[in-house]
Amino acid sequence: MSVLVYTENNNGSFKKSVYEVVSYAKALADSLNTSLTAISIGNIDQSALASLGNYGAFRVLDVSNDQLKQFINQAYASVIAEAANYVGADLIVISNSFSGKGLAPRVAAKLQAGLADGAVELPQIDGDKITVKKTAFSGKAFALTELTSAKKVIALNPNAFELRETGGNAEIEPFHPTIPNNDFATAIQDIVRTTDKVTLPDAEIVVSAGRGLKGPENWGMIEELADALGAATACSKPVSDAGWRPHSEHVGQTGIAVSPNLYIAIGISGAIQHLAGVSASKTIVVINKDPEAPFFKVADYGIVGDAFEVVPKLTAAIKAYKG
Amino acid sequence: MNILVCISNVPDTTSKITFTSDHTSLNTSGIQFIVNPYDEIALSKAIGLAEGGNGTVTVINIGETGTEATIRKALATGADQAVRVNAVPRDAWFVAHQIANYAKDKGFDLILTGRESIDYNGAQVAAFVGELLGIPSVSTAKKIDIDGNAATVEREIEGGKEVLSIPLPLVAGTAEGVAEPRIPNMRGIMSARTKPLDVIEPVEVPVLSKVVRYETPEPRGAVTWVDAGEVEKLVDLLHNKAKVI
Repeated sequence: MSVLVYTENNNGSFKKSVYEVVSYAKALADSLNTSLTAISIGNIDQSALASLGNYGAFRVLDVSNDQLKQFINQAYASVIAEAANYVGADLIVISNSFSGKGLAPRVAAKLQAGLADGAVELPQIDGDKITVKKTAFSGKAFALTELTSAKKVIALNPNAFELRETGGNAEIEPFHPTIPNNDFATAIQDIVRTTDKVTLPDAEIVVSAGRGLKGPENWGMIEELADALGAATACSKPVSDAGWRPHSEHVGQTGIAVSPNLYIAIGISGAIQHLAGVSASKTIVVINKDPEAPFFKVADYGIVGDAFEVVPKLTAAIKAYKG
Repeated sequence: MNILVCISNVPDTTSKITFTSDHTSLNTSGIQFIVNPYDEIALSKAIGLAEGGNGTVTVINIGETGTEATIRKALATGADQAVRVNAVPRDAWFVAHQIANYAKDKGFDLILTGRESIDYNGAQVAAFVGELLGIPSVSTAKKIDIDGNAATVEREIEGGKEVLSIPLPLVAGTAEGVAEPRIPNMRGIMSARTKPLDVIEPVEVPVLSKVVRYETPEPRGAVTWVDAGEVEKLVDLLHNKAKVI
């Protein structure tokens, strides 16, 4: 029994969520009295690979292969499954990112492994039994899922686990998997990045606005507040349905579920579908002119007031605080 | 084009979710079930692609007799035929096996699912089916264009999108943007009654996981009010008390 963690390659480097999954996998390996191996696919700088040691990986399998420079879920799944067999891993940890969602089921199917995706904390371990707490009903509930198979795959939500530095060093080992040609049917034509800022699923702070903003032309003050906080911007469903903001910013039951440290909701009434998507936020601030808005019932801090007056003042206060 | 659309029957998005007293299953009393909203997008896309005699849309659902209302709605929306696998949809692994088993010898060019179901939220079925059939899969598709024997698919990534070129057959999990949801019209509703709905028995699938308990989130404490004229106080609370900035 050992643990394998897949460290997702983001355009040649690692994002914070990679160090989260490594920290999580290390904590799991410690509970199981075993070691943690990481697998990196695509071309990643050696110093970035070595940095995984500082979060608990004792070994990093490095797959640098021109065919695998870009993410192709079929091929990457074959590599991870082969690596799991090579290191004798029974437990595989993957980030529940957009790419992870296309990858984890394929890895699990290859290994006949039970899969728990959307994990929000460390599992309960009782002998061979591993029970994972995961989100269900779009944030309205959690499901405690017992993985009963010999091999197991866990996909961890972003921002669900804190970074834990161990001060360790990792040995980097080149790994040369054999991948079926059939796995390369998908070709990547283009990658379009619409933002160079922090992205919504990974964001530690999210500034979100709703119909109370009255129109897309008023989003400037939302972006200024987000910039002052280093936050990502988001919106409610009516706003993306109206085309004021892109669908990728829609937070809620039929959009993205987020789990930031701080969620600031401005001019959003708080329909049950929206609240489902934000329930995992650690702290919620609600700014709304209607004191009866349902969002206040789940808020930690509330301001009753006109967004057009409060938001610019809040941005100024944040800037003053940050100096 | 021969298209298979996988639909699940889920609680309406406005539902308050509660569980039975032993916390092991959903309390379904008073809950209205609907076609999973992402599956409606998949269905609408399939109908659009098949329109004008360009193909056939088959809908598959894994469920007991109670889900037939949902299946008839899909037929009313414009699917040509439906299959119900007569079983409780235990988990995504089980559901994917039923879909793959049905699809394996039918020559589907395209298999569409919603990107996730809004009940158990495994965004797993599309990739499982792809793996079980040994064909490509895309789990969060924002746009799908078919050109001959290949598809151009835009996939959501954090902070952008990837444009993929994939030969058919393929499995895609659809998200917003793929198609505008269609609403059944009266003619559709009338014709749905006579469209074929086959019922088949499930194949056996090994159990790899099981839900042992459901929990609902801890209620939050009471809101701390801050006066609209004292935003500095909010900054102070967020820094010193909540410690989030």
